[in-house]
Amino acid sequence: MKSKTIKMHFSRKVFAYPYMAFLLVFVVTPLVLILINAFVADGKLTFQNFVDFFADSGSLTVLGNSLIIGLVTTVICLAIGYPVAYILAKYHAGNKVFVLLFILPMWVNFLIRTLSLKSIFLSLDVPLGMGTVVFGMVYNYLPYMILPLHTTLLSIDHGYVEAAEDLGADKLTVLLKTVLPLSVPGIISGVTMTFIPAISTFAISELLSNRQIYLFGDSINTKFTVAQNFGVGSVMSLVMLVLVIVANVLVNVVNKEDSVRSTL
Amino acid sequence: MKNSFWKKFFANGYLAVVLAALYLPIVVIIVFSFANNSNFTFDNGFSFDAYVSIFNGPKSAKLLAALENTLILAASASVISTILGTFSTIGIFYLGKRAQKVTLTVNQLPMINSEIVMAVSLMVFFSAFSFIFPQGWTRLIIGHVSFCTPYVVLSILPRLQKMDPNMYEAALDLGANPMSALFRVVVPYLAPGIVSGFAMAFTISLDDFIITQLNKGETGIETLSTYIYEDARLKNLEPFWFAVFSIFFVVVLALLLLINIKRQQRKEA
Repeated sequence: MKSKTIKMHFSRKVFAYPYMAFLLVFVVTPLVLILINAFVADGKLTFQNFVDFFADSGSLTVLGNSLIIGLVTTVICLAIGYPVAYILAKYHAGNKVFVLLFILPMWVNFLIRTLSLKSIFLSLDVPLGMGTVVFGMVYNYLPYMILPLHTTLLSIDHGYVEAAEDLGADKLTVLLKTVLPLSVPGIISGVTMTFIPAISTFAISELLSNRQIYLFGDSINTKFTVAQNFGVGSVMSLVMLVLVIVANVLVNVVNKEDSVRSTL
Repeated sequence: MKNSFWKKFFANGYLAVVLAALYLPIVVIIVFSFANNSNFTFDNGFSFDAYVSIFNGPKSAKLLAALENTLILAASASVISTILGTFSTIGIFYLGKRAQKVTLTVNQLPMINSEIVMAVSLMVFFSAFSFIFPQGWTRLIIGHVSFCTPYVVLSILPRLQKMDPNMYEAALDLGANPMSALFRVVVPYLAPGIVSGFAMAFTISLDDFIITQLNKGETGIETLSTYIYEDARLKNLEPFWFAVFSIFFVVVLALLLLINIKRQQRKEA
């Protein structure tokens, strides 16, 4: 009996192999190629691409701009999105369709939404620049902030809130010392889901600033498609990859701590 | 009591303001799609001309071709990733702990990584092995399968984890061979996960812009999003695009709302 199940398990495990091969060839290998390209210039193994990138004030401006716009976008999304998620969880917990209304716009292609916004700005004579880019980013990414926040806030055991109230905490203290700390995992994943795309998306900043403001995503695109500078482009992709990995490690750590806490 | 009424009033007022801001641009575009000009006035009066130009304007042929390409790409990518994803999820479930963890981590890469990095890495890969992967559909379909399949895997896996392992064993005990036990017991049980994985794959393939844009090469294949980017980014929006966008807004929003309302009703029933 036992040998039979082991054999069975072995045979079913085989079904994973084609996809594992697919991942290895079409996901891992391309990223390895980027890694190699970052260290190759003129056919030689070198750090030249890193020097080119980090010594070039232009690329550093792009990096700086991206981080600032990403940060501002994320903070505004959090400031607008947290109350939305909180109110939805508090007063409309059972009404999934109402919650859905806040998430739906993200399913309309971002180019369509961005171009619509641009034409409205133009007709209102709003000068395109930093302000319109941030507006467009917030407009695009707000649903990505609300969704994880709402999920986390909804899952908070109401017993904690009642316990805090019974122990004499006023409404504000309950919010700041009970609800807010318990929603940290949602905040972290909302921040990641907003910040990473905001600094790396190409087209939004290009369209909403009339090509004045180049962000990291636009810049990577240009390096590969226009400038054909695969080396520096790969260095920039690696910088982006490091940001993604740091963000996700952070999410995992917080979620793990959270699950440890909930088992206590 | 009165206090809580005002609190609720302001809370809902806030939600209304945010909702209005989210939908205002959409409504404005829809309203002025009937104005047949680009300056957001009804100077030319009310007309359906913009909508007529979708069918017999100078851009109709290109728009239709882009729509066709988008659907072909989404259909093939989602069918392939659903089949690949279904089998691999069953396989992944029975992998050893370590191999499973590694595979699921790599599976997450296309979802968490920034799209532009995935797009340029594929582009570099395809041009390094261009003798195996010709420009055009091959690259596009592989690219789309690579970011669709992870969603299929993650929508099937939870259901598989909840499955009673005795179900499969019972089928074997009742005389089914492993293949038919898999296809007639396990796969039907996974059906809801497979269907939602397929829907997810189809939708994100439809919605993709960056991967397609960087991997379409010079074969002239345009999808809706790359055609929109190509045509509408440089000048102000023409009335034609107002009409196209309006149709998009209405179709996408109505469809998703309908699906979700139906789903909720089914749950309540």
